[in-house]
Amino acid sequence: MVNALAWMKEEDPPSNPAKNRRGPMVEIRDLSVYYGDTQALHGVTMDIPDRQVTALIGPSGCGKSTLLRSLNRMNDITSNANTTGEILIQGQRILDPDTDVANLRKRVGMVFQKPNPFPKSIYDNVAFGPRVHGIRDKPALARVVEASLRRAALWNEVKDRLTDSAMTLSGGQQQRLCIARALAVGPDILLMDEPTSALDPAATFRIESLMDELRGDYTIVIVTHNMQQAARVSSLTGFLYEGRLIEFGDTKTIFTTPKESRTEDYITGRFG
Amino acid sequence: MNTRALSKTDALVKALLVGASSVSVLVVALVLFFLLKEAVPFLSDSGRSTLFSTRWTPVSFQQEVYGILPLLSGSLLVTAIASTIAVPAGIGGAIYIAELAHPIEREILKPVIEVLAGIPSVVLGFFGLVVVAPLVKQVLGLPSGLTALTGALVLALMALPTVISISEDAIRAVPGTYKEASLALGAGELETIFKVVVPAALPGISAAVLLGIGRVIGETMAVMMVTGNAALLTLSPTESIRTITATIAAEMGEVPFGGTHYHALFLLGAILMLSTFSFNMAAMYAIRKAESK
Repeated sequence: MVNALAWMKEEDPPSNPAKNRRGPMVEIRDLSVYYGDTQALHGVTMDIPDRQVTALIGPSGCGKSTLLRSLNRMNDITSNANTTGEILIQGQRILDPDTDVANLRKRVGMVFQKPNPFPKSIYDNVAFGPRVHGIRDKPALARVVEASLRRAALWNEVKDRLTDSAMTLSGGQQQRLCIARALAVGPDILLMDEPTSALDPAATFRIESLMDELRGDYTIVIVTHNMQQAARVSSLTGFLYEGRLIEFGDTKTIFTTPKESRTEDYITGRFG
Repeated sequence: MNTRALSKTDALVKALLVGASSVSVLVVALVLFFLLKEAVPFLSDSGRSTLFSTRWTPVSFQQEVYGILPLLSGSLLVTAIASTIAVPAGIGGAIYIAELAHPIEREILKPVIEVLAGIPSVVLGFFGLVVVAPLVKQVLGLPSGLTALTGALVLALMALPTVISISEDAIRAVPGTYKEASLALGAGELETIFKVVVPAALPGISAAVLLGIGRVIGETMAVMMVTGNAALLTLSPTESIRTITATIAAEMGEVPFGGTHYHALFLLGAILMLSTFSFNMAAMYAIRKAESK
């Protein structure tokens, strides 16, 4: 725990975005999303860089979850959702009607607000995705499961009880299991929708340090209500308000010298 | 209201609730007691030697025979066929209504299924006589339409709404987050339904199947009207059969009080009750075992 606090107090964001920045992983162009008659997103344009943590902040109902869920087309499930604009992932237009959504979601994994493991064994939870995508060979599956659980820093805690129900795990373990499950299909991008809002501080810390470890290999986009969390884990931060992207830039700049007064008001807790 | 009065009210309400729940336990115990009380004398009667005979002729000029095998086989055959039809059809229907149907379709289907559940069994018996029996006769080219298959079809129709509505509730109660998780991993809609939603709803679906089959085993009137009521020992669905329930219902009114035949009918009732009871226990054990996995 001493270590934990030391890490949390660290002044600098986990990485310097100016250094080792690669080309954009996701390019969002003039994205608008409508639910029936209400417009949830108004012409959002932003580039999400490869292998960095990008945080989306803003008050409830500002459209940050909608933006996140556009990246793996989860808004499609909502029957009255309608999207205009363009999203390119590694140059590929994912909003085209003929996009292979299953393949898109294989490349863009998602972790949800509340840990939602399936009521199956720990092993079957992680193996679910690989099985869906056609891995039948048992040794190969076992390797993927182990590698994913190791990657999600859960292996040592569950290696002797892989056949136990995932429901026997604690909330924080369940959330790491959900991360392992998402990693098991080999995504490039990991979307996290308030992944720690249902967890206690210790479990939250474990998820945050896990994100720090994953940062080097995955492009992570996290929606969070927790400003300190955004400051701790991300190198870039986007502030959304009433469906518009108000400000987007280096986390340090956003939190120290924001250009927009609304950003500053939100960050300093004057509203939201 | 002071706390003392409150605790008095609490105690009173608690006593009332305990009383209400004890009544049902008491009734079950009493039913079982009187059933066994009237059934046991048969076992010391001279008629018992014919218990496992293949004929049921309790009223005869030559020899009264109380063979329960044809009745058991009749009940079993009808139940097995009816369940084979109603369980997959019911679960399939529930999946469709809960997951795939358009909201407008659901608005139409649900009330219709509820009406089907409310049709009195005698009326379904009429329907069996007038529609199902002639159909079975014609399609299979049988001399008579009153067969085990006809009975099973009518019973399947009766069990269907139970299986559908309870399974549907169970499927709809599965948290949407499971579905989201599955879809977000790139699983298709049907894959999600069959690999995530249905397995998660399995305890509820099992309860639905149990209640449905329970209704089939216990049903009397409709089967009595359409199965032909010939106590034949057969496993052929195209033959006439007679079920335990139909036998009791048909003969109880005519039987001399306290005679061998009378006790034999009570024994049938006890067998019926014990078999449904053990079926329920076995199924609950299976569900619990599946859940704890």
